[in-house]
Amino acid sequence: MSQVRVAIVGGSGYTAGELLRLLLFHPQVEIAQVASSSHAGQYVHSLHPNLRKLCGLRLCHYDDLSTCDVIFLCMPHGTAMQAIERYRNLAPVVIDLSADFRLRSPDLYLRWYGKEHPQPELLAQAVYGLPELHRQELREAALISGTGCMATAAILGLAPLYRAGLVDQGLPLVVDAKVGSSAAGATPGPGSHHPDRSGAVRSFQPTGHRHSAELIQELGALAGVGGSWRQTLAFSATAVELVRGVLVTAQVFLNTDLDEKVIWRLYREAYREEPFIRLVKERSGVYRYPEPKILAGSNYCDIGFELDTDQRRLVVMAALDNLVKGAAGNAVQALNCRFGWDETLGLTFPGLHPI
Amino acid sequence: MSKLVALCPECEAEIDLQNRLVGEIVYCPDCNAELEVTNLEQPAVALAPRVEEDWGE
Ligand SMILES: NC(=O)c1ccc[n+]([C@@H]2O[C@H](COP(=O)([O-])OP(=O)(O)OC[C@H]3O[C@@H](n4cnc5c(N)ncnc54)[C@H](OP(=O)(O)O)[C@@H]3O)[C@@H](O)[C@H]2O)c1
Ligand SMILES: [Zn+2]
Repeated sequence: MSQVRVAIVGGSGYTAGELLRLLLFHPQVEIAQVASSSHAGQYVHSLHPNLRKLCGLRLCHYDDLSTCDVIFLCMPHGTAMQAIERYRNLAPVVIDLSADFRLRSPDLYLRWYGKEHPQPELLAQAVYGLPELHRQELREAALISGTGCMATAAILGLAPLYRAGLVDQGLPLVVDAKVGSSAAGATPGPGSHHPDRSGAVRSFQPTGHRHSAELIQELGALAGVGGSWRQTLAFSATAVELVRGVLVTAQVFLNTDLDEKVIWRLYREAYREEPFIRLVKERSGVYRYPEPKILAGSNYCDIGFELDTDQRRLVVMAALDNLVKGAAGNAVQALNCRFGWDETLGLTFPGLHPI
Repeated sequence: MSKLVALCPECEAEIDLQNRLVGEIVYCPDCNAELEVTNLEQPAVALAPRVEEDWGE
């Protein structure tokens, strides 16, 4: 089969850089164009210095994009949707990493993004690009959405419990997410100024975080409650001293008395065949639970748990690299699903230790 | 030939007891529990006593 030709838009950003890093080593993909609104004419490696001698491409203007097989959109929220028809005319498959097409329900979008979605009909067509949950739909998809980095960790961590109907939905689901600075993208601001950001443990969104909507959509579907999610979801996000990495600590209450071995069985069955999900729960040692540090650059999501039997409280930990399994790596995995390739193509980097 | 496999008492992972001896210490590949081989006829392992780690307050 000939190479699939891809274009990347928003070329100077972090997720675009990660897509390039991964796709340059993908055996089925040729990178045809990388478009930039701010750096057209410059070499890719002048913005993504790790790619020097690996990529000789220069960035082009958005207007100079030509037809190809797949377009990845790596722009801020609200940007992709403005020109989505143009991108869909340029390529039969569009993968948008922003939040513009993550939600199926226009009502959910309105509630969490505070405005009407301009293309509600496209929301219904798009596929939430999480291969672990939507592998079959991805095979046929023309419009694939990326996933929120913290949402990805939380959803993967909690999915087996919701699917098995083990969660007491009369009690709150509490999700605390810690995240590194690269999740905020490459555009600097006062909050990312080094003297202020360095060393920070900053509660930046204790309530109202939009990734909540993705949990409601995906966990609600697994629980069979669809659009009528009633459970209290308490999601909070904290910026910590990492460049890459997400650690989600989720607390759920179970609706029945369970032994930890049953939980082990549940997670093992759910994820045995998943190439990028690993269960991490050791009795001793330093890396007893998921730790984002050793996942930097890899497409793994590590998941662990601990049961507080007396309270039927299960603490689920899930870690990933926000730029990889939380964005670009997951998008490449979705691409692999879309074309029926081995899902691990281009994604075999195991991370570093020590780092 | 029947499989010489015991289940980890902590996490139910399969523990391969091929070429092991009763009394030997083995480790669970999934949860890293330290396990003592207690029976090879009816393959079984038991959690070995462990020293608690102190992670401070
Ligand atoms: N960072 C993460 O961990 C992460 C995780 C999951 C999802 N995402 C999503 O992926 C998308 C890209 O994220 P990112 O981290 O790569 O962001 P980024 O580093 O800020 O890059 C976004 C790029 O979009 C382009 N752009 C086009 N219109 C723009 C505008 N009006 N303002 C600013 N930039 C504009 C710019 O590239 P050019 O000037 O070169 O065109 C910019 O570099 C976002 O929607 C984000 O929510 C990010
Ligand atoms: Zn075990």
